[in-house]
Amino acid sequence: MKKVFSRTRALKPVAFHYCPGCGHSILHRLVAEVIEEMDLVDRAIGVPPAGCAVLAYFYFDVDMGEAPHGRGAAVATGIKRVLPDRLVFTYQGDGDIAAIGTAETIHAANRGEKITAIFVNNAVYGMTGGQMAPTSVVGQVTTTSPKGRDPSREGFPINFTELLAQIKGTAFAARASLQDPAHVLKTKKIIRKAFEAQMKGLGFSVVEVLSPCPTNWKMSPPQAFRWVKEEMVKHYPLGVFKDAEGESLAD
Amino acid sequence: MNEELELMRGTYAIGEAAIRAGCRYYFGYPITPQNELPEYMSRRLPEVDGIFVQSESELAGINMVMGASMAGARVMISSSSPGISLMQEGLSFMAGMELPAVVVNMMRGGPGLGNIAPSQSDYFQATRGGGHGDYRTIVLAPSSVQEAADLTYEAFDLADRYRMVVMILGDGMVAQMMEPVRFRPMRPLDDLPSKDWTITGARGRPSRFLRSLILDVNDMEEHNWKLVRKYQQVEKECPRWEGFLLEDAEMVVVAFGTAARIAKGAVKRARKEGVKVGLFRPISLWPFPFQDLKALYQRGQDTFVVFELNAGQMVEDVRLTLGDGARILSYARPGGAVPSPQELARVFSRLALSRRLP
Repeated sequence: MKKVFSRTRALKPVAFHYCPGCGHSILHRLVAEVIEEMDLVDRAIGVPPAGCAVLAYFYFDVDMGEAPHGRGAAVATGIKRVLPDRLVFTYQGDGDIAAIGTAETIHAANRGEKITAIFVNNAVYGMTGGQMAPTSVVGQVTTTSPKGRDPSREGFPINFTELLAQIKGTAFAARASLQDPAHVLKTKKIIRKAFEAQMKGLGFSVVEVLSPCPTNWKMSPPQAFRWVKEEMVKHYPLGVFKDAEGESLAD
Repeated sequence: MNEELELMRGTYAIGEAAIRAGCRYYFGYPITPQNELPEYMSRRLPEVDGIFVQSESELAGINMVMGASMAGARVMISSSSPGISLMQEGLSFMAGMELPAVVVNMMRGGPGLGNIAPSQSDYFQATRGGGHGDYRTIVLAPSSVQEAADLTYEAFDLADRYRMVVMILGDGMVAQMMEPVRFRPMRPLDDLPSKDWTITGARGRPSRFLRSLILDVNDMEEHNWKLVRKYQQVEKECPRWEGFLLEDAEMVVVAFGTAARIAKGAVKRARKEGVKVGLFRPISLWPFPFQDLKALYQRGQDTFVVFELNAGQMVEDVRLTLGDGARILSYARPGGAVPSPQELARVFSRLALSRRLP
């Protein structure tokens, strides 16, 4: 019988704890598959965030070190400066990277740290129960924006990856989406581009991934995937904003 | 550099001693009165294939230290009081993950920005953990440039041995003054202790992870007990102190760091006037050398003057050590100004006089 699929070596043979329809499970697998395909399983070091994905070290079968909330880019900087030939990546949510960790991320990018940020944008604080995130969209009802996000009251959603793309030390910046299988496959290609930029020593790389959070959005998984496609993409256009090698994967 | 005696300021001596101890990574952010330390490291580290990174904040700096420590490096950061406050989150996480590093705090006077004069205002913060959670850091307080170099050199071994943060606690005086210093030899990097817990990429071994999050309540308690047992071991093995003219002393001044240096001068002065005073100088502030201080009390010493450049912080440890029986006086100067040995000697004389009165 022909073998058409096997579990990637970069993931441990355990079940994810994530909610049904959560994007983390898909994204963990994509990142892990890219690590395996680039033959970096024994050279990869991951930095999980505070948030639902803090337990990523139970799933990734690569070395991992926990960072305080928002400090992933600084912790990854320390690791990479000591071990410059390893693949060092952070895995961060929107609150982690674009609110509490803004300074650490922007300055890691500005120093051109050869690390990759996998930035999961699900427009809410997930683990704490669905509070407003820096990326919650205008009008979005969350537990701390009960009347819907009003920019005059709660400020605007931040397009953080576009911001990072402006920074000279950033070699690769792109936004992808898990909205449907075609985009899932595309996301994987973009993650590979980002990791390649790091391993070529080009500078900082970031991949923002629009990801469903059905639990906190109070939607069914199919509704949530539809909301990514129909609502989130309006605010967060997909595409490659910067590619130091000049190639474009624009959507 | 050779092993000759050199005239050096405290910050440079700490930097050079760190490099000789095998430190090749320094992360930090400028703040007075210790700016010469990052400056020294920025030019000295590249000479030994080391890395210097000026971080965007002390908060980022301590997290870079955390990452470098995870990767197995000997790593250092330095700052002064407000910057150390910013690092407390990182220090707490490092305690949870048991990550070694050396942190230098050249204290300033006062809460907030205060001033840059010598002060010992961070004694509580340094010796009680400092950040959230139930943890300790080893705290070493030099009172000369030579001692700053020696303690820094040894701090890296202590940090690795116990997988703990070791803090060198000084002030603008220790940081800025120039004194002769003799350095210990350069440690070859392949001579440093091996570590079986680092995250370096899982080559030829199962993958590892480092974390401070432990959701299972029993595992959390067991982890905390493990830390407690380690701290108890440190309390047993690491107290350090120095005595000066204690044998015939009728009064003991307890002081550390810059205050101890002033106290030493004051002791000499007071002795010339016939006042029998001696000095007990804790070098490790945590673990506090309580057993030896207690032994002194049990030997018959009953008057202890705790002199410190804060409003009275170490005096609490002295009270805890000696209990209610001893006569414990606090000569606390709340920092921001440094009293002279003459001033302190007058305090001793007056106390000695009052003791002789019926």
